[in-house]
Amino acid sequence: MSGVLLSVEDAVVDLPTPRGNLRAVDHVDLAVDAGKTLGIVGESGCGKTMLSRTILQLLPKKAKLSGRVMFDGQDLLKLSPEKLRKLRGRSLAVVFQDPMTSLNPVLTIGTQLIETIQEHLELGLAQARQRSIELLAAVGIPAPEQRLAQYPHQLSGGMRQRVAIAVALSCEPQLLIADEPTTALDVTIQAQILDLLAREQQRRHMAMIIITHDLGVVAGRTDEVAVMYAGRVVERAPTPLLFKQMRMPYTEALLAALPKLDAAPHTPLPAISGRPPDQTRPLKGCSFSPRCRYAAGRCNTEKPSLRAEAPQHFYACFHPIAAGVDA
Amino acid sequence: MLFFVARRLLYLVPVLIAVSILTFVIASLLPGDLAYVILGDQATPENIAALRHDMGLDQPIWLRYVGWLWHILQGDFGRSFRTGQTVLQAVSERVPVSFELMILAELIGLAIGVPLAIACAAKAGSAFDRFITGTAFGMLSVPTFLSAILLIYLFAVELRLLPATGYVPFTEDPVANLRFMVLPALTLGLAEWPGIMRVLRSDMIAALQEDYIALAKAKGLKPSRILFVHALKPSSLTLVTITGINIGRLIGGAVIVESIFALPGIGRLLVGAIYTRDLIILQGVVLLVAAGFVIMNFIVDLLYAILDPRIRHGHA
Repeated sequence: MSGVLLSVEDAVVDLPTPRGNLRAVDHVDLAVDAGKTLGIVGESGCGKTMLSRTILQLLPKKAKLSGRVMFDGQDLLKLSPEKLRKLRGRSLAVVFQDPMTSLNPVLTIGTQLIETIQEHLELGLAQARQRSIELLAAVGIPAPEQRLAQYPHQLSGGMRQRVAIAVALSCEPQLLIADEPTTALDVTIQAQILDLLAREQQRRHMAMIIITHDLGVVAGRTDEVAVMYAGRVVERAPTPLLFKQMRMPYTEALLAALPKLDAAPHTPLPAISGRPPDQTRPLKGCSFSPRCRYAAGRCNTEKPSLRAEAPQHFYACFHPIAAGVDA
Repeated sequence: MLFFVARRLLYLVPVLIAVSILTFVIASLLPGDLAYVILGDQATPENIAALRHDMGLDQPIWLRYVGWLWHILQGDFGRSFRTGQTVLQAVSERVPVSFELMILAELIGLAIGVPLAIACAAKAGSAFDRFITGTAFGMLSVPTFLSAILLIYLFAVELRLLPATGYVPFTEDPVANLRFMVLPALTLGLAEWPGIMRVLRSDMIAALQEDYIALAKAKGLKPSRILFVHALKPSSLTLVTITGINIGRLIGGAVIVESIFALPGIGRLLVGAIYTRDLIILQGVVLLVAAGFVIMNFIVDLLYAILDPRIRHGHA
């Protein structure tokens, strides 16, 4: 399994708002190889979710999108609604952030699984039912057969997210997009869900995009990481390389903002000061410059472009963190 | 589920008692002593006093209420002093008329309102949506007597397709019965659909914004399944409520429509009882109608539980 499965090329998403045009996704290029895992990291409001909706073609009606989203050799933007529908759920699956709202409250777990299977695979009801039971068992739900007749509100949040994962896995997709899959869950459940996703990704040889605000989530679970800020990808590198020598000050700040287990009690968390910029009022210079402690000179007047340092390490910064490597 | 039904049934008891008290008190407070009404203005005070004593009108109100309720529990709702008919006889003669009218009117209202609501919600904000929503708003402001007269003018006077007034029981001649029923049912149905359509449309537009609809799309489900199963089912609670209220209201007969089209329904029975000060018929009919309304609401509650599992399991 190799070769590019998904590539996002020069994607731009504009959302009209009462305050003017909001550029949610700003000239993003990304690629995911078959069977590989990409992490997309960034603060709230930096365009991660809009990017995932771009890939799924689930943007709000009034959003304007340009660029290309190539999936398995087809441009999703040019696909007819019917062809797109056949792809969604079949080859391209998603797990949303909040399992409390992403399952339909008035339909049973069984209905929501079986309808997906029967939509895409030519299986009879009994076979689809059997497959649903196997899927629920695979995602670690006890007594799967009884669960089929239950409704989402009868399950805990963690269990619901497992159901949502079972739905996503039901037709053996080539790509799974997990959009903040653990943000709405208890901390104790988070690791279980992430491990479940990683295990199923390995077992099914599918590609996966994990979207998160937590660098800790992508460390060790992804092949490549893209850091997003203000709608742009600001640093992109294979995961081990990124953690070994991050060059973009924003990435460093994100990492510093993670709580450390070995920190002394009552140590204040080094939060990133300030807020992400208002994307209806684009800055002339680097979007991160108002919050960056390295910002100087042309950072405020000129936008740094995403450049390759090593063949696989891209970043958009005029003053990258040196880390002992020549810049 | 059985427990749920039993508990809801138990709730009905205090409601029905309260309804019976209110009905009795209101009927008793109406001006005009029953004895005067029966004997007329030629009666002597002695005769009136004697009749009051015979009818128990000289007893305190709570004692009269208990006596009335006691008879009702034995199935005796009283008897009209004018026609000699019992309340139950009078009501059972009229109920089929009002019931048929109510069913037909609701069917027409739902048949127009529901498809339009779904179509508007699916294309919210489009020219079609704005046209239908505007029309519904206009129709809401048309009183039934006006649409009744317009329909009579169009179908009975100009086109001569349907009779303007009258009634034949369904059991006697079904075709003639339906011909008499079309215009009154259409009049009520035209008044019902805008409410149905507006409520369902806004509920469905809200439901279509939900995460689970985005997931249903991401699952590659057919648009029709998303609309009719994933969006319509959770949106139908308010629809069931207003349909229930409409039906409950029409159990009491559609006074205006029954009068215009000369249908011998409950509504006309009530109006007649008021004109003739037939208090026994009046309070008996009001009690039965109120009980029907309460039972209709009970059925709506049960439908809620069927539609929304969270209510069935006591979570909401």
